[in-house]
Amino acid sequence: MHPTSRSSKWFAALETALPKIVVAPSFMVMVVFIYGFILWTLYLSMTRSSFLPSYDFVGLAQYAKLWRIERWGVAVRNLLIYGGLFIFFCTLFGLLLAIFLDQKIRIEGALRTVYLYPLALSFVVTGTAWKWLLNPGLGIERLVREWGWSTFTFDWLVTSEMSIYCVVIAAVWQSTGFVMAMFLAGLRGIDDAIIKAAQVDGASLPRIYHKIIIPSLRPVFFSTFIILMHIAIKSFDLVVVLTRGGPGYASDLPATFMYSYAFTRGRLALGAASAMMMFFMVMAVIVPYLYSELRRKQHA
Amino acid sequence: MASLVIDSVCKSFGSVEVLRGIDIAIEAGEFLVLVGPSGCGKSTLLNLIAGLETITSGEIRIGDRNVSHVPPKDRDIAMVFQSYALYPNMNVRRNLSFGLETRKVARPDIDERIKEVAEILQIQDLLDRKPSQLSGGQRQRVAMGRAIARDPRIFLFDEPLSNLDAKLRVEMRTEIKKLHQRLGTTIVYVTHDQIEAMTLADRIAIMKDGMVQQFDTPNGVYANPANRFVAGFIGSPAMNFIPVTLSTENGQLAAPLVTGDGRRFVLPVPQKTTGLSPGRDVIMGIRPENITDFQEGMETWGHIVPLECRVKVLEPTGPDHLLYVDVNETEIVCRACPDSARKAGEMMKLAVDTTKPLFFDPQTGQRIDIT
Ligand SMILES: Nc1ncnc2c1ncn2[C@@H]1O[C@H](COP(=O)(O)OP(=O)(O)O)[C@@H](O)[C@H]1O
Ligand SMILES: [Mg+2]
Repeated sequence: MHPTSRSSKWFAALETALPKIVVAPSFMVMVVFIYGFILWTLYLSMTRSSFLPSYDFVGLAQYAKLWRIERWGVAVRNLLIYGGLFIFFCTLFGLLLAIFLDQKIRIEGALRTVYLYPLALSFVVTGTAWKWLLNPGLGIERLVREWGWSTFTFDWLVTSEMSIYCVVIAAVWQSTGFVMAMFLAGLRGIDDAIIKAAQVDGASLPRIYHKIIIPSLRPVFFSTFIILMHIAIKSFDLVVVLTRGGPGYASDLPATFMYSYAFTRGRLALGAASAMMMFFMVMAVIVPYLYSELRRKQHA
Repeated sequence: MASLVIDSVCKSFGSVEVLRGIDIAIEAGEFLVLVGPSGCGKSTLLNLIAGLETITSGEIRIGDRNVSHVPPKDRDIAMVFQSYALYPNMNVRRNLSFGLETRKVARPDIDERIKEVAEILQIQDLLDRKPSQLSGGQRQRVAMGRAIARDPRIFLFDEPLSNLDAKLRVEMRTEIKKLHQRLGTTIVYVTHDQIEAMTLADRIAIMKDGMVQQFDTPNGVYANPANRFVAGFIGSPAMNFIPVTLSTENGQLAAPLVTGDGRRFVLPVPQKTTGLSPGRDVIMGIRPENITDFQEGMETWGHIVPLECRVKVLEPTGPDHLLYVDVNETEIVCRACPDSARKAGEMMKLAVDTTKPLFFDPQTGQRIDIT
């Protein structure tokens, strides 16, 4: 009697503990490698670290220095231009394509794949392809000149003021299909009868889209904005492949700035400070989003 | 208010023929109900009247105007959908006014109209809410309000009550009927519920497989169904269909009935047409209320025949009890007064009204006792 009850108790304890035991390793890894390293970066950003981490605490001095560096200013300004245009054009083209595809076109299956396909490519591939296309000596400029328009110039890639727009073009090309898929799902969720009701009410198709359908997609706009925003802030590989941040540092973004200061120029503390700035930007977007999501769940 | 004529209308989706020659005509102000099992083409016909689908052949006239190829916005109709189809981004007030704004009605007139409609439907307190904040019944009212606000020549309703719970459905049914009496506008109303059809309609079109089986008044389709499908579709519980072989008893045409325990009874059949002749296999249709409990003195009425059966199942419904018994190896339902109904397993004497049975051809299902 005694031994069985003791061993069954032991089994019961094991059974309740088992899920925790199974999850523990990955949980530990996550805590150390994500949250631990965020904290370590935060600490590094407040030290005098150069090539190697050092632990002389200097408070917020590195942040003050960061904001005085012109190259950081360029990176932040570029992020505003790039993020703004990227989000705007992805949303615009994504929405237009989704509306177009929603018109019960037969070939929709094939078309959707065509638009979504860029998403399957990595930013490195996209960047390389667009680098060739935008290269004046190889791509579009040369093609148009060979067609006979010999004075045509399209050299944004190698022009300081314009190179960031090349990054915008490639990024929009890559992400539009994904935005379209989100809008298409939203449009599919709208009851056909609503469109019929509006038709009977006398509204033309543009008016139906303008007054009813697009306004009811508001939640989709919101999610799209959040997702594109954090893609924009984290952008790194596309710039590296397409322009290497150049010419000079004309198309630097915070991520490329961070990489170059932390790992190639031996200013680890400054790099950490710029990384934390990006972290705060993402947080500034995500936290209100999570907050509003949670609040909505509570209401529902 | 306008009359409506549907003249040999056909509709195909690709190679699938959904409507095959529909002919219906109603006067201005009439309440037409299209009823039939799900998938028979009711919604398609309604969409054709609305102009939301294009007709394959035939003609639709509203008033004196041929609208066959007129877009929905120029037909002056309003429609209420099963899913209500309220505009989710607009509050109730904007839902009601959208159609009027689209038609460029002046603002003061719109406000006036909305006030009027809100009062008719008792939705004054809901005007500033979004559709997501309304209950099913309230959404239903708003959907009707949106239709009424436009003051159209014809209302089209596509199963407007089928998403409501049973009690609310009955209430709204009465309300729709009152609304029709008050506004007097022509209504075309689609439902698969025969009780809704019977209670609301001035005229019923019973549809099956894209064809109108019968187009008549509610009394007409109930008392005089054109075929076995209509007879079985209208009425609840449904009409009993008993296979019989006609014979001659004492020189008169009769339908012999054998109960579950092997007792034989004969029902005299009035010989109205040549379709009814001795020896012919027919289907006899008789409604449950025409087989009731036998009461003292009924034998003197002349048209009542007694039928003694063993009760298989007894279902109380409140006002009367439904009894299930076997006749000619078919289970039939009878409707009896609760006081005289017997329990399951007991014998009971029933009374059959011999003036009521209808006769159908077993193969085609057509009536054979009318010319
Ligand atoms: N747009 C469409 N394309 C193809 N078939 C359709 C379409 N709309 C309806 N149908 C078919 O037409 C038939 C009748 O549909 P419907 O009018 O909705 O029936 P009901 O309203 O009587 O239930 C159904 O078999 C349905 O599958
Ligand atoms: Mg339907």
